[in-house]
Amino acid sequence: MNLLLLIIIPFLTAVVILTAKDFKQSRSIALVGASIQLVLAFFLLNQYQAAKALVQTEAFVFEQSFEWFPSLGIQFLIGVDGISIAMILLTALVVVAGILVSFTMEELHKEFFFLLILLSLGAYGFFISLDIFTLFFFLEVAVIPKFLLIGIWGSGAKQKSAMKLALMLMGGSALIMVGLIGLYYFSNETGNRSFNMLVLAQYPISYAAQLVFFPFLFAGFGVFTALFPFHTWVPDGHSSAPTAASMFLAGISMKLGGYGCLRVATYLMPDAAVHYAPIIITLASIAIIYGAFATLMQTDLKYINAYSSISHCGFVILGIGMLNKTAIVGAVMQMVSHGLMTALFFAAIGMMYQRTHTRLVSQLGGLLKVMPFISSVFVIAGLCSLGLPGFSGFVSEMTVFVGAWQNPNFWYRLATILACASIVVTAVYILRAAGSSVMGPITQKNFLHLTDAQWNEKLAAIVLLSGIVIIGIAPFLLTDLLSSSTDVLVEKIINTF
Amino acid sequence: MQNTNLVLLTLASPLLAFLLLGIFGSSSNWLKKGAGIIGTLLMAVSFFFASQLSLAYFLNQTPNHTQQILFSYTWLQFGSGLSIDMGALLDATSAMMLLVVTFISLMVHVFSLGYMHNDERFASYYAYLGLFTFSMLGLVISANIFQIYMFWELVGVSSFLLIGYYFNKQSAVAAAKKAFIVTRFADLGFLIGILTLGYYGESFDFLTLIGRLSDVQSPQFAAIGVASFAGISALTWGLLLVFMGGAGKSAMFPLHIWLPDAMEGPTPVSALIHAATMVVAGVFLVARLFPIFAIAAPHTLDIIAYIGIFSALFAALIACTQTDIKRVLAYSTMSQIGFMMFALGVSGYGAENGAGFSASLFHLFTHAFFKSLLFLGAGAIIHYVHSNEMEDMGGLRKHMPITHISFLIACLAISGIPPFAGFFSKEAILHAAYQSNPAIYYMALFTSFLTAFYMFRLYFSIFWSTQKAAQDNAHGEGTWSMKIPLILLAIASVLFGFIPFSEYVSTDGKPIATHLDVLFSIAPVTLGVLGILLAKQLYQKASVKPQKIALALGSAYGFVKNKFYIDEVYQYITKKMLFAWVARPAAWIDKNIIDGFYLLLAQLTQFSSVYIKGIQSGKVQAYAMYFFAGILSLASLLFYVLK
Repeated sequence: MNLLLLIIIPFLTAVVILTAKDFKQSRSIALVGASIQLVLAFFLLNQYQAAKALVQTEAFVFEQSFEWFPSLGIQFLIGVDGISIAMILLTALVVVAGILVSFTMEELHKEFFFLLILLSLGAYGFFISLDIFTLFFFLEVAVIPKFLLIGIWGSGAKQKSAMKLALMLMGGSALIMVGLIGLYYFSNETGNRSFNMLVLAQYPISYAAQLVFFPFLFAGFGVFTALFPFHTWVPDGHSSAPTAASMFLAGISMKLGGYGCLRVATYLMPDAAVHYAPIIITLASIAIIYGAFATLMQTDLKYINAYSSISHCGFVILGIGMLNKTAIVGAVMQMVSHGLMTALFFAAIGMMYQRTHTRLVSQLGGLLKVMPFISSVFVIAGLCSLGLPGFSGFVSEMTVFVGAWQNPNFWYRLATILACASIVVTAVYILRAAGSSVMGPITQKNFLHLTDAQWNEKLAAIVLLSGIVIIGIAPFLLTDLLSSSTDVLVEKIINTF
Repeated sequence: MQNTNLVLLTLASPLLAFLLLGIFGSSSNWLKKGAGIIGTLLMAVSFFFASQLSLAYFLNQTPNHTQQILFSYTWLQFGSGLSIDMGALLDATSAMMLLVVTFISLMVHVFSLGYMHNDERFASYYAYLGLFTFSMLGLVISANIFQIYMFWELVGVSSFLLIGYYFNKQSAVAAAKKAFIVTRFADLGFLIGILTLGYYGESFDFLTLIGRLSDVQSPQFAAIGVASFAGISALTWGLLLVFMGGAGKSAMFPLHIWLPDAMEGPTPVSALIHAATMVVAGVFLVARLFPIFAIAAPHTLDIIAYIGIFSALFAALIACTQTDIKRVLAYSTMSQIGFMMFALGVSGYGAENGAGFSASLFHLFTHAFFKSLLFLGAGAIIHYVHSNEMEDMGGLRKHMPITHISFLIACLAISGIPPFAGFFSKEAILHAAYQSNPAIYYMALFTSFLTAFYMFRLYFSIFWSTQKAAQDNAHGEGTWSMKIPLILLAIASVLFGFIPFSEYVSTDGKPIATHLDVLFSIAPVTLGVLGILLAKQLYQKASVKPQKIALALGSAYGFVKNKFYIDEVYQYITKKMLFAWVARPAAWIDKNIIDGFYLLLAQLTQFSSVYIKGIQSGKVQAYAMYFFAGILSLASLLFYVLK
């Protein structure tokens, strides 16, 4: 399959949106474009499995390469493996759901959908890039729209949040840039300097150079995935963003970071990853438990979900830091799972906010009675978040735990126990939030006249929910997709041990 | 029909009920009305298949009861060779549990037809019941320790949904949260125990795990014995942590605090989940891993035994002071599970040594019937008087004859009076305890005296005493759908003690001959009768005697009545310590220190930009100065380098 389609379709969608006459048109165009992309993502999965059945040795398939800056050795090199396909599927699902919940808008609708689609284009490009320069290019494409989406269509202290998010992510990008240049500069041992990931993976840069540049890359991508202590953009950014942007931020953007930590930092510099693993694991376990405890004190539903995202993304980092196959598969599963779940959560919170005009737990109450569908979605997202079997959260967390436990080192075990302990704290904050916002007595009289979800909102929830439930009930579908790709990655690490 | 299909059909019917009623129940009027009938019919189908399976297992396979893996499917393959397999393990224990769960669940489904009749969320109620039954059945047939953990969590969440069923009631929501969180905390131990056992045993599969870890010759046994933490071997840690999960679900001290509050749920739910099935999951779990406990780490069984007997005694004491009928029953459940737990604790492995194991499961079996009968009876009473408090009841024997007789039978059974079912199972437990650990035996004797006392305190206060004015309502004892389960369960509570249980269920699958030692029975039965007589003396007629006694006991009575202030201790630990000393500082640090650092960085940037801005003043003289200085420094640098 021609991977360029994955970029061309969002691009065309974005262009066509600009010609839209009214709100209905722009949203329909966006929805059609996103749906085509979703179909394409599933077609890609199908093609990938067929291709894999034929050639089992190749790590990446459907590779294409175009000269971009030949003088610098920069190519436009694209290709996919199981991990990137999982992320592409996640992106496609979240984009469709995000557009489905944005059916009411007062102003600047064209620009809104244009930016949403642009953001998704950045993500798709990022996930298929095999050249780190191209990858960085797409990463930046995905950052800028966030700033505008929050700053223009946000709520609360939106300008401040938008600025904070953009600056911190730009800071992360700067760190990444340093790392990339380091990778490029020290890659000349192979004859030519290269940004090509396949080459860089085959001939890793020297150990000393890895030790210097690994922290830049890992921390840089860590900013995106809310690695402690670079996570403070998450709560404000998510909370000020409009619903669809929150969903994109938590569901897609944070995954760019996790994917980068794995695909760029760890994959290209495995020796440094082994060296820095204790630090990574320490930071991850702090993020998990500290994020969970910080969530306990939040009173705004969006803040609750944002802080819980810090905790949940800690599992991704923890899995990567454990550097064994099970844990890394778990980390990728957790990315997919968290992306779907948190998007669902934000969607439900957005629907509640739109109707009740409040997100404060203390002001909500008894919504299950007046809007059973939305409240049930909220509760289900919560149950997924606290790792209930049958949903994707359980399988991904358990895979991380089982993988993490494979390392008999005492400190690693302690970090894993802390991570496990977070599931208790998660249960506490989820049940507190659900217990007082959708259960309990109805707190305000005007809640009685509220309406339940519209068809588009229901469809959005069902799209995300089906992903969550399918992974939760049949996790082997996802692990089969991931395991051959993670094998390639982990083999390199094991060789360095 | 093949056993595999029977198991699958047994599980599929309640699952179908859940999906059907859960997804379409709120939208379709037809389903809303017929929810009870649909749920009950599907449950009856499930019971039919389960009983076929179990009876075929017990009646055809003599004399040795083997363990069979009916099917196994790799559900989640981990990279390290471990995997979670979904399978069904059929042995005497799971076959017995299948029967108990489906039967009690069916009774509760039928009873609820009448009891929940006017409820507006009728369909959700039956959906949750279906979910619970499915999860519980999945739990008992699990062939993999991770599989059992999954269903374990699922029963936890269905329990949460059912306790919080009246979700507009603040106390119900609080109770549901409490139940879920306390058991979740216990499950944290369970999870780490699973990880430990699985890591060293190199499998999550029950039979493989048992085979390896209870075999002193195996390399896995050597590995887990060598690994240790804090001077305790990994095996002991693993087993105790798994037991922690069991203790949470089975409301063992000190993880029992959720059970009394769980009574906020509808009463039939209490009968099903919080009396007969889910709360005995901890006993089932220990029984499932019993060979490892008994052969490889018998000292862990001692701990289990002491926790069991302590919980039994502790709960019995509290039960004597409670006034809410459901709470008395809740503490009595905790006490009876304590009996099952210490019976496992005093047991050994193989042949006659395993008598305690058989006795424990026997008690689990009989208890399920008489305890669910007590709860359903309580439900009928509450339905009639619209109150949970004992003081609103009294003299009900004439108004509710069927409830009265069945309740009496259950009380006699739980008090261990022959020939009711509880007598036989309790005798077996006491016998096993006597032979292994006399201290536990004597404590257990005292607890059975208390049991008889508090049960008959309940019985006399409800059905005798003086009639209260408030309850003079005209409506009858309840519909037939409520009476039939009472009658059937009462019959079971009379007859099932005569089943030669240990011939079917034993540690190694070989039958143990049952024998009844009449001389041995004299002491417990006498104590039971004494307890009943004492209760009759105090409570048959309304009097001030009980209050006088309570007053005489003074603060000791208050201490017990307030449940030894365990709840307050928890409140202190969670609210005062975890919230005030961990959560609040975490949130504060995040907001002020970490985010503050970035804010400072931003301000610094802004400040320096103001400063740098000053350089670009537009004054040509200044620029010329900078230019000259630049040339000078570059020149000197060049000079330095060339030199």
